[in-house]
Amino acid sequence: MKTPIAYFLVVSAALFTIGTVGVMVRKNALVIFMSIELQLNGVNLALVAFSRLHGNLTGQVLTFFSMVVAAAEVVVGLAIIVYVYRRRRTANVDDLSVLKW
Amino acid sequence: MSADQIVFWVFAPISIGSALAMLLQRNAVHAALFLVVNFFTIAVFYLVLDAPFLFAVQIIVYAGAIMVLFLFVIMLLGVDRDEVLTERIPWQRPAAILMGIGVFAELLVAIRAGVGFATKGPEAFAETANRGGNTEALARALFRNYFLPFEATSVLLIVAAIAAMVLAHRQRRAITRAEQESSPEALVESGVGP
Repeated sequence: MKTPIAYFLVVSAALFTIGTVGVMVRKNALVIFMSIELQLNGVNLALVAFSRLHGNLTGQVLTFFSMVVAAAEVVVGLAIIVYVYRRRRTANVDDLSVLKW
Repeated sequence: MSADQIVFWVFAPISIGSALAMLLQRNAVHAALFLVVNFFTIAVFYLVLDAPFLFAVQIIVYAGAIMVLFLFVIMLLGVDRDEVLTERIPWQRPAAILMGIGVFAELLVAIRAGVGFATKGPEAFAETANRGGNTEALARALFRNYFLPFEATSVLLIVAAIAAMVLAHRQRRAITRAEQESSPEALVESGVGP
């Protein structure tokens, strides 16, 4: 292991930042959701890097749980997007500005 | 230059490049495919960081299951429409980029203060934390120290599956003869027809 751990953390910070900008800039609900997945992956990478840095497996276990929660979140989130699309015929978040219809 | 350094410097630009391409791509399908590339590079990073189990899980769960689900929904909702680029708030995009730069700078400062850019991981990870193999060591940690959270995730998965079924379930109503004769296209459009 010759690569400093901080390099992985910088990559994970970059991925998290790109995901954050994606959530703020994009309009398609699906692409916003993909950006959230990118953020989650950035954090997962940071957790595995910390696990390697501290020499124990806690970070990897946390990443495992984070993946399970991400899978559940994707299932429910995509179901909500499909539901909204059926009602409103749009996946553009700018058109979804009301709480009730 | 050692092997893990070469792997890192080959895959780090691919990782960040594919993430940026996902951000800039207007077509949702292309964005999803760039995200798959990004997930694969992250899997390679896991391998370099001595986490082979998470490497396999990343490819199976993220690049496999989750992205297939994404592509499935994109196809279901229709891919022919590109994103509308008109902004409701005119200064939203520059403000978002500025805040992104701010977040990145803040994270860099935090990494520098917390870890330091030269700190390397311990050499003996395989003999200490990964003793007896990464999967076995992870299983020991999961089923001894983290058994209750592990069981809680199974409940979470069942709840999520039921929630998805309830949300995606379409209430079918009986189609009257008059409706069928008047406008068959409208029935297909509203999702009731064939």
